[in-house]
Amino acid sequence: MFEKSIKELEEVVNKLESGDASLSESLELFEKGIKLAKDCNKMLDDAEKKVSVLVGGEKKDFDEE
Amino acid sequence: MEPIIATVSQLNSYMKRLVESQPVLGDIWIKGEISNFKEHYSGHLYITLKDDGGVLKAVMFKSAAMSLTFRPEDGMRVLARGRIGVYEQSGAYQLYINEMTPDGVGELYIAYEKLKKRLAEEGLFDEAKKKPIPKYPERVGVVTATTGAAVRDIINVITRRYPYCEIIIYPSLVQGAGAKENIVEAIEYFNAHKLCDTLIVGRGGGSIEDLWAFNEEEVARAIYASEIPIISAVGHETDFTIADFVADLRAPTPSAAAEIAVPSQTELYAAISGMAGRLSAAEVNYIKRLRLTLDRLKPKSPQSMIDDMRQKCDNLLQQAEKSFKLTAAEKRKIMSGLCAKLDAMSPLAVLKRGYSIAEDEKGVIKSVSDLHNGKIFKLTLSDGSCKCEVKEQENV
Repeated sequence: MFEKSIKELEEVVNKLESGDASLSESLELFEKGIKLAKDCNKMLDDAEKKVSVLVGGEKKDFDEE
Repeated sequence: MEPIIATVSQLNSYMKRLVESQPVLGDIWIKGEISNFKEHYSGHLYITLKDDGGVLKAVMFKSAAMSLTFRPEDGMRVLARGRIGVYEQSGAYQLYINEMTPDGVGELYIAYEKLKKRLAEEGLFDEAKKKPIPKYPERVGVVTATTGAAVRDIINVITRRYPYCEIIIYPSLVQGAGAKENIVEAIEYFNAHKLCDTLIVGRGGGSIEDLWAFNEEEVARAIYASEIPIISAVGHETDFTIADFVADLRAPTPSAAAEIAVPSQTELYAAISGMAGRLSAAEVNYIKRLRLTLDRLKPKSPQSMIDDMRQKCDNLLQQAEKSFKLTAAEKRKIMSGLCAKLDAMSPLAVLKRGYSIAEDEKGVIKSVSDLHNGKIFKLTLSDGSCKCEVKEQENV
């Protein structure tokens, strides 16, 4: 998810910088890019540490102590 | 023969001479397992060597201990070379060690080199076969022991750098019996269930025997067969195992593997805001460029066309005037030149200077021979003329 979003963001920025887009396309790209940047930030902000251990093929919480 | 009476010291001294005179005991290799290992602050090492049948005290003095290439530990099987001597105070014989090597390492080393060569020839280490490590993994799998520092290091580094990523640990034996089967099983499990994007396989530091599971062919083949990219992280920076050569990437330590596996969140935040900045700049530039193009393409109003033409007319007029003025001035200059010349040629000018012109009916008289006494001719002066009569002639 994050990888997809950040790669898309990179593509959007590159495309917009190339100046090849039409006006309506460029506005769309801009909006999309800003949204992607927000999403990426949010994904990182909301990230919670998830550590699990496989026991008998099932994920269990990893007891760190 | 009567039994003799001897003191303890006498007996011990006798035993010492007896033992130490045996050539075979003067230089001998002893095979055994280390127990009760003690390093005295003086630098001497005290060891008890044992096997299933018994124990043997041994000492390695500092001078010999300094040349050791490994760190002895309890439980380690070793080959120790030295002499057998008797310590009279305790009446015990012991081994005075000159040199010591881990037992079995030689054979292990040979096996390692052979396997490495064979697998290299087979192409298991080919760079071309190595899979790239995903930049932003959603899930990182870890195959290692759940006890020990390695797993904790990996969890700490990943959760600190990139908490977005999930960590899935497959507890595995990493040394001793069953370790290689366990590691292979774990790698296959992750692949069969596509449980993660990147897999870290490894353990913390240890002796060559401890790391041996990572030198096993089965483990190497499982790593090679894995569709999930694998980062190997076995032991310390100086330890190279077969697993390291087959893995898509070798990390020097488990912590380093974790650093490689995930990006840093701080850098990502910076990268995202950088891209957002580029986005805005690109958009602003885009609009600026469009506005410029628009300005160039805007059609002209009739009024502005008229204005333009009017100006053009004015310009032409000015130009014409200028060139006309120029030719008039030039002509005036030429004329005054001609006038001056004319003036210079004018007889009037000569008369003004005091000369006179004599004329008869035939024109200007230039010679005395044209005159005779009594001839009437006209003399013109600067301000008028008169009639004159020749009285006398005189040749010059």
